[in-house]
Amino acid sequence: MSMMADHQGNSLFARIMNSNMAYSFKRNPVAIVSMAIFLIITLAAVFAPLIAPTDPYDPSLYDILDSELPPAWTNQGDPKFLFGTDDQGRDLWSAILYGTRTSLIIGICAVFVQAFLGISIGLISGYVGGRIDNILMRFADIQLSFSTLMVAIIFLAVSQALFGSETFNKYALFMLVGVIGIAEWPQYARTVRATVLAEKKKEYVDSARVLGFSSIRIMVRHILPNSLSPIFVISTVQVANAIISEASLSFLGLGMPVSQPSLGSLISSGFDYIFSGSWWITTIPGVVLVVLVLVINLLGDWMRDVLNPKLYKG
Amino acid sequence: MKDNASNPAILELENLSKSFDLDKGFLETIKFKKGRITREKRSVHAVNDISLTITKGEALCVVGESGCGKSTVARLVSGLLNPTKGAIHYDGHRIDTLKGNALLPYRKRMQMIFQNPYASLNPRMTIQQALEEPVRHHNPSFSRGQIKDKVTEVMQSVGVDPSWASRYPHEFSGGQRQRIAIARALTVDPEFVIADEPISALDVSIQAQVLNLMLEAKEDRGLTYLFITHDLSVVQHFGTRVAVLYLGSICELADTATLFANPKHPYTRALLSAVPQLSDDRPNHIRLKGEIPTPINLPKGCPFQSRCAYADARCGTEQPLAIEQSDGSVVACHAVEEGRID
Repeated sequence: MSMMADHQGNSLFARIMNSNMAYSFKRNPVAIVSMAIFLIITLAAVFAPLIAPTDPYDPSLYDILDSELPPAWTNQGDPKFLFGTDDQGRDLWSAILYGTRTSLIIGICAVFVQAFLGISIGLISGYVGGRIDNILMRFADIQLSFSTLMVAIIFLAVSQALFGSETFNKYALFMLVGVIGIAEWPQYARTVRATVLAEKKKEYVDSARVLGFSSIRIMVRHILPNSLSPIFVISTVQVANAIISEASLSFLGLGMPVSQPSLGSLISSGFDYIFSGSWWITTIPGVVLVVLVLVINLLGDWMRDVLNPKLYKG
Repeated sequence: MKDNASNPAILELENLSKSFDLDKGFLETIKFKKGRITREKRSVHAVNDISLTITKGEALCVVGESGCGKSTVARLVSGLLNPTKGAIHYDGHRIDTLKGNALLPYRKRMQMIFQNPYASLNPRMTIQQALEEPVRHHNPSFSRGQIKDKVTEVMQSVGVDPSWASRYPHEFSGGQRQRIAIARALTVDPEFVIADEPISALDVSIQAQVLNLMLEAKEDRGLTYLFITHDLSVVQHFGTRVAVLYLGSICELADTATLFANPKHPYTRALLSAVPQLSDDRPNHIRLKGEIPTPINLPKGCPFQSRCAYADARCGTEQPLAIEQSDGSVVACHAVEEGRID
């Protein structure tokens, strides 16, 4: 019974610290460093309005005389502008903070859209099976045979032409979330379907069916919680992918407008000046983007290793 | 079977058959054989033309070797599979054609215990959640207190300490888990329980414990069992009647005592002689030749003919009918019918 008391006395925090995942995390320096960098970037992005010295969304604060100032540590640098300024005289450090925020919001929201669509379709497809499964999976195959960027470019270019760039710029964030979310659902649907196919053969599903639970209840309450590990793993990778997709689209001028830049549009806006010596406008947001995507992917790798029972029990 | 006559039948299986298609869809049915393209649709005939009646309060055991369709019978009765042919009547009502909510009242009366206690409990649910869920689902009017009381009551009745309810299934041993699985089936107060080899995945030392628990539940709650097993000593301990299954057909159906004292079908004899005994210094086993035939191409005539020592020409062409013997047992065998055995 003393074991029993222990068990119930433990707080949630202690349980998390004692879990397999925490153990492997503490022993994996790559995961620790990645997590630290990811947290720093995320916190900086979340608290951007507090950290940023100026508001990059307010053009009245720019001074054209400050344009294309190099970073503070170079000879001609101005200590007022840590990472220098862009061609409009906008403080790059503030723009990067706000841009990271935009990129992360789009990445995470797009993954939520993907996950919602993909998990629902995957669950139905795997659990119901038969003809419905066939139809849904053929849709997924068709969707997968178009590249995400192609679908996104066509959709965004058409809607930009249709609504005019004024309206388009206003709703660019939602458009990006929607289009990246819809274009990538098959990744989730296929993974979830594969897990559901394995889970639904287990006896606890039969037992739930004999107890007369509805299919929806069995899918959501019984099968889904047991299919979470692959979902976590692809979610991290998909966040990184969505951020890259968003950056690519913004770079092509189909994403966030220059007045509300994401990392992609910052890189794009500096690209015209890279040969005139203003390397920092493109390079610094580029480095932030690479580091952000890299740490998310490293965390995803680590998570896949931990959550894959074959790897850690074998 | 004297007392059975007065008891009403709780479950009736009527010419029940189940076959699983091997070639699904049009493309798979097209075969290339001997230089010609033919269309062929193969299927596994798991259960063939089974008729059974289970009366209230009995424990009918279904025995047979692996692959003879025992589990399929259990899954058909519990509604996890739909029969290809035949009908299932529960308490006079046909249940195999019911769907969804129409079946719900029968779900409450009929429960199932599964073979593998490591797989039959959802690993992400605590015992409390796993036991509360069916109570809440079948008694929407219950208050939280009533649900808690019910869960405590069932946990006590299977000998699991209610204070362990906040634990997850992986924290329990196999025997404890099987008792929790039994508790889960009992939460809805069923009158009929299908047990699909409930003890074969357990340690021998735990088997008796679980078996006795099931017997206790039978006494206390007036349960009726359909007990699937391959362990004949369990049958002797547990069953009131036995059905011997071979290749999806019933070859002998008798009271437990009658079957063990006087087995009639050649397959039943072979099966009984294979039970290991302590005093067995000069084993006199009936050795069966060969393997159980594939259920894809069922033999014409008696399913047991290929391994039967008494098989003759008639067995190869004509399927034996189930015929009631003088002592009440029902045997499907030409040799028994013609008096060629003993």
